Amino acid sequence: MLKALFHILIFPGLLFLFIFGFFAEYVDRKLYARFQNRIGPPWFQPLADFIKLISKQEIIPEEADSNVFKLMPLLALAASSVAILYIPILGERSVFSFNGDVIVVLYLLTVPTFAYFLGGWYSRSVYSMIGAVRSLTQLFAYEVPLFLCILASAMLADTWSLSGIAAFYNQHIGYWFCNIIGFVVALICLLGKLEKVPFDIPEAETEIVAGSFTEYNARLLAFIRMSFNVEMVVGASLLAAVFLPFGLNLPPAAVFLCYLIQVLIIIAAISFLRTLFARLRLDQMINFCWKYLAPLAFLQVLFNLTLKVVLPR
Amino acid sequence: MHDLHDFEDVKIPIGPQHPALKEPESFLISLRGEKITASSVRLGYNHRGIEKACEERTYTQGLYLIERICGICSHSHSTCFVQAVEEIAGIEVTARAKYLRTLIGELERIHSHLLWLGVAGHEIGFDTLLMYTWRDREVVMDLLATLTGNRVNYGINTVGGVRRDISSKQKEEVLKAIDILEERTKYYIDLAKGETTLIKRLQGVGVLSHEDAEKLDAVGPTARASGIERDVRKDDPYAAYGELDFKVISVNSCDVYGRTLVRLGELMESFSLVRQIIRKIPDGPILIKSSRKIPAGEAVSRYEAPRGEDLHYVRANGTEKPDRVKVRAPTLANIQSVSKMLEDRYLADMPIVIAAIDPCFSCTDRLVAIHSHGDIPRANKELRGYALAGKNTIVWETLRLKGIEWYKNRGIDFTSLNEKLTKLL
Repeated sequence: MLKALFHILIFPGLLFLFIFGFFAEYVDRKLYARFQNRIGPPWFQPLADFIKLISKQEIIPEEADSNVFKLMPLLALAASSVAILYIPILGERSVFSFNGDVIVVLYLLTVPTFAYFLGGWYSRSVYSMIGAVRSLTQLFAYEVPLFLCILASAMLADTWSLSGIAAFYNQHIGYWFCNIIGFVVALICLLGKLEKVPFDIPEAETEIVAGSFTEYNARLLAFIRMSFNVEMVVGASLLAAVFLPFGLNLPPAAVFLCYLIQVLIIIAAISFLRTLFARLRLDQMINFCWKYLAPLAFLQVLFNLTLKVVLPR
Repeated sequence: MHDLHDFEDVKIPIGPQHPALKEPESFLISLRGEKITASSVRLGYNHRGIEKACEERTYTQGLYLIERICGICSHSHSTCFVQAVEEIAGIEVTARAKYLRTLIGELERIHSHLLWLGVAGHEIGFDTLLMYTWRDREVVMDLLATLTGNRVNYGINTVGGVRRDISSKQKEEVLKAIDILEERTKYYIDLAKGETTLIKRLQGVGVLSHEDAEKLDAVGPTARASGIERDVRKDDPYAAYGELDFKVISVNSCDVYGRTLVRLGELMESFSLVRQIIRKIPDGPILIKSSRKIPAGEAVSRYEAPRGEDLHYVRANGTEKPDRVKVRAPTLANIQSVSKMLEDRYLADMPIVIAAIDPCFSCTDRLVAIHSHGDIPRANKELRGYALAGKNTIVWETLRLKGIEWYKNRGIDFTSLNEKLTKLL
């Protein structure tokens, strides 16, 4: 009981996620700034932003459904925080694990998007509503290729648990290279999930102010930003566990360091990708996802299925 | 169950305050899904009464006010105004002064186009382009500061010539800076021709056909991207443009991508123009002294500002102050075409389509319109009466008296000060 509480509240639960989330935001912002020839924020900027937002006066629009409006940021934060408990970050085993947790994690990562949708929709502002609809439309475009890529890698490992996947690839290092297409596609889909350029359509500043979050401020906005940070860390951890499972046999401290490095590599890749592109239009984004990403993901599934038949166990 | 088509169009307001807009103006856009079905523009949030204020000032004072019409093409407005005044007074400016005016004008074009490129990048979510171009723009801003003493409102023009000369050391600095900028611009041209997401967002967006551009009287890069070779520098050469060699850049793609290419091409032309000016600039005085009083007469002056043709009309009455000053900023000519460009486009294209004409709304605002929504506060009863009666104009004197009265009611009274001032003068 005490151990479970420790896992939920401290490591790898809330406290660790918050600290790592701030750090991830800092790395992302700093790298983004450096790529753009700017200086970028100091290391404590994300924390300072959080404290400032927390201490501001809260304003809830009169028209908004205040219960939903208040609940949704917390739901988003909670859902993405829970997901980390099923992702193996220290060695091959996650804190809690069962056969089928890969599906649970994927759906837990979908919950925040729905929370943003509902929060935006019930803010009753035109910008929020358009942003909310956009984030849901975008969800249908990137979700399928993302799921397919992660499930393809699970198929090859012949298990539906993330710990099992990590263990399998740790034992068969060579198989890791089979999932490279899947990794690239999943990384691009992660950009969509985190609503970053070129897929920041739901919060396109120059069109709809801040999309779903236009009416949010103070504490609730702080929670939304936090849940994005946590989502970024959890998403990167998921990709690291599924696609980059190396260094798991080292001593515990080294394994932890290895995990941090893997996650930071993925975050650096995200910030690099978002410096390179202009924001796509919604129709272009959906076209791109269904024309290129989904077929590539299917190719990965097909490839892994063939591999399973051809290669000896 | 509702049929999808039963839903009314969603109306979303863009402005008067909106992150996409740099100045207050208002667009009301009707949306069906992501498609724009109708759009309307409302100006008038930024009216400053500069034309009227010029009538109260001497020509030299007015010149500094005119320069502040626009924060970006300040030199365009002041040159245009001063050319009109010189025409009335019959002053022939020396060749060196003409070359200097042209030099500052071209440097201003460079800084304006680089600024536009950054803004366009931001509007389509390409912030890296914004950061890069604005960093490079600093080079030309610094150059303008060394040449004129100011980064934005240069204050170099005066009736009869220019106020600052250029030294041979400064000439070298200019050439050095132009080399850096040319190299960077080549990089941006490569980028515009190669970056897929950029092309995807710009190509086929905001189409203004050749015929529409003619009909709606588009000017500047907006017109030139629709295949109209219209450039005052070529058609009606002023300052030193008649002696310089340059091409009018025009493309036929009629879209925002074309407008981008035109501006990038014009940057390259500007670099060559600046080099020619530095090479050819003749020696001689830069200023001819002129009388403060300008003889009666009237003149129209045209100038190719970075945004398009700028037009000033000045009427003099033989005193130190003009009778009438009329400014037609390029945005006023282009704003009509925005509604055309937005037809059948997506909401996502709206910011870049508006930005593509490089609008400057404070230059354009000529009046404050009073709309009768019936909820104007009681204090403005009289104004409301005007609006309800469908009268859109108030005589200047009435408005002035009303202003004085309005302040008097709030305990601010300038009558005694005014009397003192009249005695002094």
